[in-house]
Amino acid sequence: MTQLSLLARYAEDIYWMARYVERANNLARLLEVNEVFTRDRRGAHNWDAIIDLNADRDRFRKLHGTPSPTSVSYFYMLDRENPTSILSSFRAARENARTLRPLISTEMWTHLNVFYNELLAISAGPSSVPNIARFCDRVRTACQAHSGITEGTFYRDQGWYFYQLGKYVERADQTTRLVDVKYHTLLPDVSEVGSILDLSQWNALLRSAAGYHAYRRVHPRGIEPTKVAEFLVLNNRFPRSVRYCIGEISTLLSQLIYTFQLTRGDRVAAAVDVIHRRLEDTDIDAIISYGMHEFLDAVQLDLIEVANAMAVAYFGHVEEEEDAA
Amino acid sequence: MGVTDSKDTPVPGYDPTGFFCEIISAAERGVIPKAVVDRLRSIETKELSERAEAAARELYNLGITFTVYSDRTMIDRILPFDVLPRVIGASEWETIERGVEQRVKTLNLFIQDIYHDQKCLKDGVIPADLVLGNKNYRKQMEGLDVPGGTYVHVCGIDLVRDDEGNFCVLEDNARTPSGVSYVVENRHMMQRAFPDLMDDIGIRPVDDYGPKLLQAMLDVAPAGPMDPQVALLSPGAYNSAYFEHIFLAREMGVPLVEGRDLLVEDDRVYMRTTEGVEEVHCIYRRIDDDFLDPKAFRKDSLLGVPGIFDAYRKGNITLANAIGTGVADDKAVYAYMPRLIQYYLGEDAILANVPTNICREAEGLSYTLDNLEDLVVKPVGESGGYGILIGPRSTKDELAEFRAKIKDDPANFISQPMINLSVCPTLVDGAVEPRHVDLRPFCVTGKSSWVLPGGLTRVALRKGSLVVNSSQGGGSKDTWVLTE
Repeated sequence: MTQLSLLARYAEDIYWMARYVERANNLARLLEVNEVFTRDRRGAHNWDAIIDLNADRDRFRKLHGTPSPTSVSYFYMLDRENPTSILSSFRAARENARTLRPLISTEMWTHLNVFYNELLAISAGPSSVPNIARFCDRVRTACQAHSGITEGTFYRDQGWYFYQLGKYVERADQTTRLVDVKYHTLLPDVSEVGSILDLSQWNALLRSAAGYHAYRRVHPRGIEPTKVAEFLVLNNRFPRSVRYCIGEISTLLSQLIYTFQLTRGDRVAAAVDVIHRRLEDTDIDAIISYGMHEFLDAVQLDLIEVANAMAVAYFGHVEEEEDAA
Repeated sequence: MGVTDSKDTPVPGYDPTGFFCEIISAAERGVIPKAVVDRLRSIETKELSERAEAAARELYNLGITFTVYSDRTMIDRILPFDVLPRVIGASEWETIERGVEQRVKTLNLFIQDIYHDQKCLKDGVIPADLVLGNKNYRKQMEGLDVPGGTYVHVCGIDLVRDDEGNFCVLEDNARTPSGVSYVVENRHMMQRAFPDLMDDIGIRPVDDYGPKLLQAMLDVAPAGPMDPQVALLSPGAYNSAYFEHIFLAREMGVPLVEGRDLLVEDDRVYMRTTEGVEEVHCIYRRIDDDFLDPKAFRKDSLLGVPGIFDAYRKGNITLANAIGTGVADDKAVYAYMPRLIQYYLGEDAILANVPTNICREAEGLSYTLDNLEDLVVKPVGESGGYGILIGPRSTKDELAEFRAKIKDDPANFISQPMINLSVCPTLVDGAVEPRHVDLRPFCVTGKSSWVLPGGLTRVALRKGSLVVNSSQGGGSKDTWVLTE
């Protein structure tokens, strides 16, 4: 046997396993930073923003009614009924890993299995949650351990590239959401023009994206909203910026097409080109005059098209047109 | 102190209480060397318990588990693993090996016969209605030739030892016997947790099960492709034996596919890959006949592959085990095995059957009803130890209830005398106690047969229990076949 082929279903599961771990990682960062805020000054207000960021308002209300800091934390940390909680993301990642066990290393599986069982063992409810900072730290550490184990043990065949694609698609999506929600909330009201910018909020935004220190290397002094947005969206060296992620996606895809001869990737390549150009052929002033929200929205739609194109080309999904025919 | 025999260093807590003991009685007979017994005896029970606990945790973390369902939730359980091994001497193993091969050979000849000339029915060796009326008889298989005449590529034959220490066959599993992954993983566990225990004892390895199974699949692949593509077909991650499917696919080095990964075009079977579709030539399937092809068998099956039976009939794909083998592992057909061995091979059975009364026959029925309190009664179609009556351990009410069931549908039951399964020293709550065990050797057949040295030793962990099934409180042990 020459090049081992990869089952379409495995490619999809591996892509989603990576997405779910990345999702849990991002959510943990966000909760942790938010936790620091509520203590500082604003109370429940910030927790509302998290619900909006994840478009979870209806689901939350059905499960827990009016948001309180504790119930929102529970909802995102350990609520088994909430499919967007950290616990649910790990459950989904573990289920994918379970299916993938013929393919992934034993250590990758064992680590996810053990950590998921640890999460299950934590007792919590809408009115009592464990220490948020410590919990989020554990989750982040687990996600990083997962990345490290994967990097160190996963065989570099097609599967690796689908794993990386899942990670970067999710990360790009998360960063656009974070910037989209925070950018407008944090800009001073028109009535407040001239008032002092709440720098700690912009610090926190950077920290949510693990970008504070990196930002400081580029901009040693001062924090400016425009610069922060530029850094998170367009910087080409920061590994969580949208542009960096899209660049990685583009490279990974060409490797799948050229190294592994996956010839069905034309539509995927076209979709990636669209998003790649959208980020390469612009600057922050152009984005702001176009509208930050509109721009990020377009990027999210581009990402959805990439994901759909991959599903048809590689994961064996049937194209919608064919469905109708 | 681990194990002792009551003669030299009596340890309160280990007394085989009259049953044949796999370690002590076997050593007394000289079939396993005294040195092995001394080795087992050398470990402190406390240390044994500690290491056993660590081993159990490791099995759980590694996900060497089977899945049980309660309410809506899935729970992963490990098959409880007992660290004290079951030991089989070289000469006894040689007999088991020959006996198992003889039986598998007969099963294959029998199945080929019933789907072709039906000579055994014409010659009256076995009642025709027992075979043709069996719910696992597949009329679609009539006249269809399978590569090499091999139907039962993987066979698990359940053996027990009686009070005299004779091995006899309890049942044949000719459909999709499971448990082999535990044989290999238990050994790995022992090697990690008890390397000192195994040092210098010649134990036959079990690692080559995967390669042997792959070779058997290649032996029976359709003629034509230079490099036949083999795959393992699983019902999916929610199947209780999913771990075993993963294990086998990995050890064979073949893709683990589900029904939705496969499609049939022009009577050829393909799997969906990232590059498009790729033809598959040979499938080790862990899905029952009923669910294999909604076009040929159960129409509501979502697990199967529509059209795969047509591909099979055309000879474009080999399925292992073949379709329709279930008729041979029926508990009533089992009763005729000694006669079938004689009929097809002209040999006496090397491994005896447990005497079996067939309730569909008048004589068997009246004997069963008259002696119910001394017999074990089993429904012919069930597996997993369900629906069994153990006469000597049942109340009057239970006996009466079962009597009515048998009268209601005699053909559904067989009865056997109660066999006092042998015991093996087992670690229970920090003490070493006798617990009943059985043995399931696995036989792999492509062009020829190969028996994995050892097999799955299942142990009934409840005191006095004879039911070894994992679904009912059973565990497993590492099984050592000695090299000499």
